[in-house]
Formats: sequence, structure tokens, C-alpha cells
Amino acid sequence: MLALDPGALRRLGSGRRSVVVSGTNGKTTTTSLLRAAMATAGPVVTNAQGANLPAGIAAVLAAAAPGVDAVLEVDEAWLAGVAAALQPAVVVLLNLSRDQLDRNNEVRTLAGSWRGLLAGLPRTLVVANADDPLVVWAAGAARRVVWVGAGQPWTADASGCPACGGRIAFPTPAARHGAEPAQPGPEPARPGAETARPGAETAQLEPSAAQPVGEGWACSSCATRRPALDVVLQGGTVVGGEAWRVSLGLGLPGRANRANAAMALAAASALGVDAGAAAAAMEGLDEVAGRYRSFRVEGVPARLLLAKNPAGWQEVLDVIRPAPAPVVVAINARTADGRDPSWLWDVAFEALAGRAVVAAGERGRDLAVRLHYAEVDHRYAGDLLGAVRSAARLAKAATSASTRLGATTVAAGGEQGARSEQGARSEQGAGSDQAAGFDVVANYTAFQALLAGLS
Amino acid sequence: MNEAGRFSTVRIVLVHPDLLGTYGDSGNATVLAQRLRWRGLPAEVLTVRSGERVPESAELYVVGGGEDQPQALAARQLGRSGPLQRAVAAGAAVLAVCAGLQILGESFVGPDGVEADGLGLLDCRSVRGSGPRAVGELVVDPDPQSGLPPLTGYENHAGTTLLGPGARPAGTVRIGVGNGVGRSEGVRSGRIWGTYLHGPVLARNPALADWLLASVVGELGALDDGEIEALRGERFAHAAAEAAVTARGRALPGLLARARGSLGR
Repeated sequence: MLALDPGALRRLGSGRRSVVVSGTNGKTTTTSLLRAAMATAGPVVTNAQGANLPAGIAAVLAAAAPGVDAVLEVDEAWLAGVAAALQPAVVVLLNLSRDQLDRNNEVRTLAGSWRGLLAGLPRTLVVANADDPLVVWAAGAARRVVWVGAGQPWTADASGCPACGGRIAFPTPAARHGAEPAQPGPEPARPGAETARPGAETAQLEPSAAQPVGEGWACSSCATRRPALDVVLQGGTVVGGEAWRVSLGLGLPGRANRANAAMALAAASALGVDAGAAAAAMEGLDEVAGRYRSFRVEGVPARLLLAKNPAGWQEVLDVIRPAPAPVVVAINARTADGRDPSWLWDVAFEALAGRAVVAAGERGRDLAVRLHYAEVDHRYAGDLLGAVRSAARLAKAATSASTRLGATTVAAGGEQGARSEQGARSEQGAGSDQAAGFDVVANYTAFQALLAGLS
Repeated sequence: MNEAGRFSTVRIVLVHPDLLGTYGDSGNATVLAQRLRWRGLPAEVLTVRSGERVPESAELYVVGGGEDQPQALAARQLGRSGPLQRAVAAGAAVLAVCAGLQILGESFVGPDGVEADGLGLLDCRSVRGSGPRAVGELVVDPDPQSGLPPLTGYENHAGTTLLGPGARPAGTVRIGVGNGVGRSEGVRSGRIWGTYLHGPVLARNPALADWLLASVVGELGALDDGEIEALRGERFAHAAAEAAVTARGRALPGLLARARGSLGR
């Protein structure tokens, strides 16, 4: 990979406008959403199939016509090198959390590499998630930042302030999910370096003094805090200051995808794309490189989802079909997954109680022990496709049992404005003789194997 | 504690998981609590985040692994004569993993590369290792005094831990690096078990969980650990096979033979 001529990316990137998207979760989806948005204004080249290392990016650019805009996802550990070479117009920073524990053991090291990169890219606009303290610290080195209140429910990797080592206080979940702060900045993209720096001029030690509860996170020792927002996700609406406001009608399910869409909209808007047209273009996506793809297994509808780490799982648990629908969870621990699956213990698998779980994959036994301690009904099946067939039979059994009892399946409430969730609910309600279906959640290499096996 | 604690709720304190919880460390508290509940003993996990007061009167404490900066913050908050020292003096048991092991010692290396004060509960100090970061499956023969079967886990640390005269290794490394000095792994003292095994360690080693529990509640009956034994068998075999490949890569036939031998044991 490093055999790649260091000047090659620089040459391939010159003469075109490029946007790079990085972070632990949501890279591929955000890149796809942004590509759809930018394609409303002209041709775009992208690596949305996930080839996000330097060699893959070089291959995509080498095949592209000169001068065409590029929207590229970049692995978070390679962002500094790739972006320094490409000199992108925009860098989109989604989030940073524990992933591939054996390699990226220090998310702060990654955040530091981003910070160093951005200090050296004075002409680049950064679109950054203001709800992730590690991202905010990294983006704080940039000259121009569009701060997006995209949310980041997973906070466990940002308790220590990246700036001073003090403790970051997060609003309670109730406060966070209550009134979203209606404080978008006056300009959609503020160019001033000084105003963009988080809390540079407000150095109070008591967060509650200046910042009402629920307004955002703050360090209890230094001035680092959630910056004033330029763009904010409020439920199913994205607000770009006074300049624009769009309702999301995404084909992709869940809060995390609405956050991805907010980030993509902020970037598209900053690049001059009309926000309404961008949002409309995003609605057409209902799967991204196999994520959320629907299948039928032995006549039973199934859907494939990707969750690689605890932050991803936290979002996926809200998206999957409700109990008693069975679920397959497939875990590998190859190099691309991270060879240490300790993170399984950071996932609230207790939430899967009330249904059958099929534990599969090369580390299915680790998962089975996790489910054992979570007291979740489960069975182990090492073989991925065997596990999926087993879940199909369990789904049929669950459906006929609930039909016999005359039970009505209670829909999983709460999620708004996402068609796939509504689809899942109507499937649930339909099932007299039709099995209700099930979801298959897998981490990276298990997901790829399932995608190949089920397609 | 046994007399009073036998039928009252056993409290397990998860110490600052927001700082020391990188490697699924909360799982160790989950395992301890469930293994008590499954035996009809009430148990409660107290999750104490940084900035919150650590109770001194609990029976068990779990101190996990974390990055350099949060590790230093946790050590400062816990202090040189704080709640953990008083709990240990009162007879509490402690499981300390990775960064947790390092901060329980006399000193460790802070994020700035400068030696930082530990809690002084273990006679050891941790320094920056000279070799590459130790990452991979770790198999350990525990201190024979403990009577425990072999331990399996995963290690991921840059530090080397040097034991003082008052410390005893928790075990001997069969496969992996451990403390980075000789073949010693972890540090033991009384009811404190410090280790570089994560995974988290108690999920893969129910006997170690029961050893900690028995030290505070007395003798415990057996549980059905069939599913866990299946995982242990898989991990031991995997670690041995991986060690054999590594040894072959380094053309060290002696090591290869030893790894093969360990497969049979």
C-alpha cells in the first residue's frame, strides 16, 4: 500500500474538487448520501463501495475523468496522509469511537493526527460533528468549520477531555433527547477562524453557569465545549441556520442515518448545492453497499445490517425488528474487524431479551458467552448461512405461535420518518401465514461473507 | 465481611468505567454479579463514573483498562490514600486489568512520558516497554497457590511492569508477553489480582471470577459453565496454533515444539 508513489494521490487530486469523509461509523453511508446530493449539480466520482485506503482511492481517481468532483470516504487512520495529498475542498468528520481494539487502541491518537492534518490545510472547510468532543478537538485546529449538531449517543470514549485531560460532562440522555438546542449560527457556514474555535472566549469553569442543561457537553476543567451550531438535526429535520431547512424522507432507517444525512447536507450546502434538491436526491437510497439490503430466506423476509463496534450497535439496536422476531448476530475477528472482540461486552445485548438470537461467525462462541451472561435466549451456529436458515425457521415458529395466541405484535415506536421502519412494522402486522421476518446483524468481514452468500 | 455479607447484597464497584473501560471491562462486573445471582446470592453493580465518589464499604472492585490520558486522570482522582486503599484495608477484593493494574502499583508512565504516582496497593512499577506494543492472545499458568486452571485472554499494552520484593506474579506466561520481564504475568497481593489479560478476563476465566467471589463471600457451589468451556477450548487451541505459526516464522523449532506440547495439555 505504501508502495504507492507518494506523489500519485497528489497528482490525481489536483485539478479537481474533492470532499473526503472520515470517522469510525457512517463513512460509507455518508459518502453515498453526499454523492447523491452532489450529483444533482454535476458528475461525481466516488469510492462508495468502501475501498477507503490509499491504493483504493488512487484507483478510483485514476479511472475518473480529469476535473470531475470526487467524494471519497477515507479510513480514519489514513485520513491525515490522504487528505494532505489530496488537499480537499471539504473534510467531513463524523465521529470517533473504539473500533478495531487491537490496532486503534488510542482514539485520541487518531484525533491528534486529524488535528495536525487540519492545522496544515488552511484552505479546507471542515464539516464536523459538534456532538463528539474528539471530533471537535480535532476540528478546532481548522481555519474554517461548519459545526453540525448531528448527535452522538455513544459517549464512552470521550469522557476525558482531549484538550486538557479533565472530565467532560455530557447532558443526561433525557435532556439530550428533549429540546434540541435551537441555536444555529447566524451564517450557514461561518468563515471566521476565531468564532469557529470551540468556546475560545468563554472560559468559565462551571458549565451550568453559562450553558443550560441539555444544551451540550462541556469540559469541567477547561473551555472546551460543544461549539455553537451552524447546522442542526432536530428529529427528522435539518436546519441550516436561517438559510435553509429541510425535512428528511430517507429510505435508510434510524437515527444514525439521519445524522449521516445532516452531515452530508451541511457539506453539500457548503459546496453550493441546493439543500432541498440534495435532500430529495438522498431519499432514493435504500441500501448502501449491501447495508439494509432485503433478502428472502426459505420464504422469510430478512434484512442485512452492519454493526462493527459498540457505537454502531447502539444505533442498530433501535433499528432492528422488535421481539419476538429472531435475530442473527455474526461476529468475526479478522484483521479488518479488529482481532479483539472485547467490545462485545460494551454492547447492551440485554436489550435482545424476549427473542431468539443465533450467535454466528468465527467468534460466535465469544458472543454466546456474552449472551449467556445477558440471559438472552440463544443458540450457537458457527456457519453463517446455517445460522440464517436457522433464524428463518425460528421466525416462522415465532409467527405461528403469536398467530395461535391471537397476539398482536406491538410496533416499535419512536422512530419517525424512515420508510424501512414503517415497512418492517407493516410486515410485522401482516403475518397471518406469512412469517414476520428477521434481521441479520454482522460486523465487517462477517457482513461481507453474508452479503456474498445471500446475494 | 463474610458473616455480615453472606446473605446481604454483595456490592461490586465498577471504578470509573468512563476512563478505564476501553476493553469491555464492564463485562467483568457483569460476570461477577451474575455468578452470584445464579447461586441465589443478591448482587449489585455500582457504576461509579469519574468525578463521582467511590464507596469504601463494597466487597469487590473492578478497575479496568484505558488510554494514557484517562488512566492518569483516574489515578489522580482515586488518590494516594483514597477510598480504594481503605476498602482493601477493610478486606475488599480487587480485579485490576491492564491500565488498572498499572495504577494500582507504586508508579506508572503518564501521557507526558513522566512517571506518575500510582495508588501504592501493589509493589510494582510500570515503565514504557522497549519492544513493540504487546498485542495478541495471552495464555497464562496462574500462581499455583491460587489453585486456578490456565487463564486465557487478550493483551494490548506498551508498558512493562517490574515487581518489587513485596509483590508476587499472578502467573507465568505460556503464550504472549505479560509483564514484559521474564515470563511473569500480573501481580498478586492478598485479595488483589492484577493482570494484563483482558477479553474481558472473567468472561473467559470463570474460575478466576469464582476465586475473587469466594475470597469475599466464602465457598461457592458449581455452575454450568459448558458454553464457557467451549469458548476456552477454542481460544487455547487458537493461541497455540498462532504461536506455532509465529515460531515457525521466526525459525525457532524449540518454541514450536513447546507450543505443540501445550496443545496437548
